[in-house]
Amino acid sequence: MSLTREQVLHIARLARVGVSEGDVAKFQEQLSEILEHFEALRRLDTEGVPPTSHPLPLESVMRSDVVRESLPRDEVLANAPLADEHAFRVRAVLEE
Amino acid sequence: MSSGTSARPGGPGKLHELTAHEAQALLSAREVSARELTRAVLDRIREVDGAVRAYLTVTEEVALRQAEEADERLARGEGEPLTGVPVALKDVLSTRGVRTTCGSRMLEDFVPPYDAHVVGRLREAGAVLVGKTNMDEFAMGSSVEHSAFFPTHNPWALERVPGGSSGGSAAAVAAGETIVALGSDTGGSIRQPASLCGVVGLKPTYGRVSRFGLVAFASSLDQIGPLTKDVRDCALMMNVIAGHDERDATSAPLDVPDFTEALAGPPRADGLRVGVVQEYVPDDLDPAVRGVFDAAVGELERLGAEVEWGVSLPSTPHALACYYIIAPSEASANLARYDGVKYGYSYQDGESMWDNMEKTRQYGFGEEVKRRIMLGTYALSAGYYDAYYLKAQQVRTLIRREFEEAFERFDVLLGLVSPTPAFRLGEKVDDPFQMYLSDIFTLPINIAGVPGVSVPAGFVDGAEGERLPVGIQLIARPFDEATLLRAAYAYEQATPWHEQRAEVQDD
Repeated sequence: MSLTREQVLHIARLARVGVSEGDVAKFQEQLSEILEHFEALRRLDTEGVPPTSHPLPLESVMRSDVVRESLPRDEVLANAPLADEHAFRVRAVLEE
Repeated sequence: MSSGTSARPGGPGKLHELTAHEAQALLSAREVSARELTRAVLDRIREVDGAVRAYLTVTEEVALRQAEEADERLARGEGEPLTGVPVALKDVLSTRGVRTTCGSRMLEDFVPPYDAHVVGRLREAGAVLVGKTNMDEFAMGSSVEHSAFFPTHNPWALERVPGGSSGGSAAAVAAGETIVALGSDTGGSIRQPASLCGVVGLKPTYGRVSRFGLVAFASSLDQIGPLTKDVRDCALMMNVIAGHDERDATSAPLDVPDFTEALAGPPRADGLRVGVVQEYVPDDLDPAVRGVFDAAVGELERLGAEVEWGVSLPSTPHALACYYIIAPSEASANLARYDGVKYGYSYQDGESMWDNMEKTRQYGFGEEVKRRIMLGTYALSAGYYDAYYLKAQQVRTLIRREFEEAFERFDVLLGLVSPTPAFRLGEKVDDPFQMYLSDIFTLPINIAGVPGVSVPAGFVDGAEGERLPVGIQLIARPFDEATLLRAAYAYEQATPWHEQRAEVQDD
């Protein structure tokens, strides 16, 4: 299983990770090699085996809906790259 | 550079070499103050951390303040087992007001507004935070060479890796730069560095310890656990951190036993049914490592255990691929939150919002993290989901069932933690797949969700005559950490390995 250059660019776009030309070549080679090692798994017969998404047989958990204190706004916004008094600032999503 | 050993005939010599239970005895008898003990650990950090580099942040001010509070509490006779005991935290655990980087440029300046559940529990217990330890970026790695800041060195052999990703915590414990530490384990990240640094490292059952405030890597695999100098300290730490927390919906609503009770009575293993997993002790092992393992099995037999060799978990060869599909898939979703908006590194000079986001992630993440995000994104993408992700989840079922079947016949399973002792810095860092192979005996345990512990079992000689620690891995049924710790304790008490301390000599 080897990835094409176009596939690498497509995955990078889906993941929203910027890549340089050098990155593309390196990821193409390294990811292809790793996928090669997954081939035996793909050939394994798992017909009728249910998937495990989670190791614990827990029921869906609900907690009671009670009012509680939220995090202090100042401390939260202190970590924001851009903020005004009450909110995170983001660049316009729709631009001209 | 070389590192020697200080055995401790007749008990502890220096304060920084104490275990938590030894420290507790001195603290509650008021023979040593929390301030003296903390000072001794901080001095030790100053003395050796230039060579070991276990810490990303040393919290001296916080530590001395907490030590004073602990002394006041001890003076009132209100001390608990960890009151006044210095603890180091892997930098993946949120600490209110103390920078938490996760080993990444992305979070280089991040100061969490809240404590992780386990951090809150340690504060309530009166433990003293001495610092945040180095790690592979976002816990992705087996050597700490993927830290965005600097590598950590193995205290037993400074030119070698401490293992990872909790290598900073393991090295700090081994070098006497803390009394106890916490790490996290997604595929072996507590047990493998514990083995390579000659300390005890426990990955509890999935769900035993709340993950609230643990920076998420792979949410169905991650667990927090202790790294300590001996098994009793491990039990003391579990008593503080284990238990249900409604802020983590996957934390198990089960009662938690007093784990130190499992260590009561003579340290024997009479009647304990132990199965040696043949896939975790392969034929092509280094003979010296095999010798360490065989001796450990002999010791367990002498202690009364009924050991059966040749137990097979036949899906083990598929565990690596299973893990490297599931963990990166979950990581690709968890790490979507690093978008440069709410916190963390943010690229601002792009042509558009999307350009900023892509460059934020391009420059903020290191290579291994990007590799795994790419791998996980691919495995989850249209057209490949069934072939990779669904397939891996089905194999996960097979692996889990094999553990369940084995535990019908055995109380404990036994194997090595890692195929090799500590490797050299730089040896595997450019070959991702070789690095992944260092976790082949540990990641099936995360896939199954069962608890596992690494216990020091001896040393092998490195090429330059270094003494390199080797650990054995004990594995138990879900939520049966008590049996695991009891077996580990019996073995440990019959052997001298937990008494060895790395001296750290930087010539």
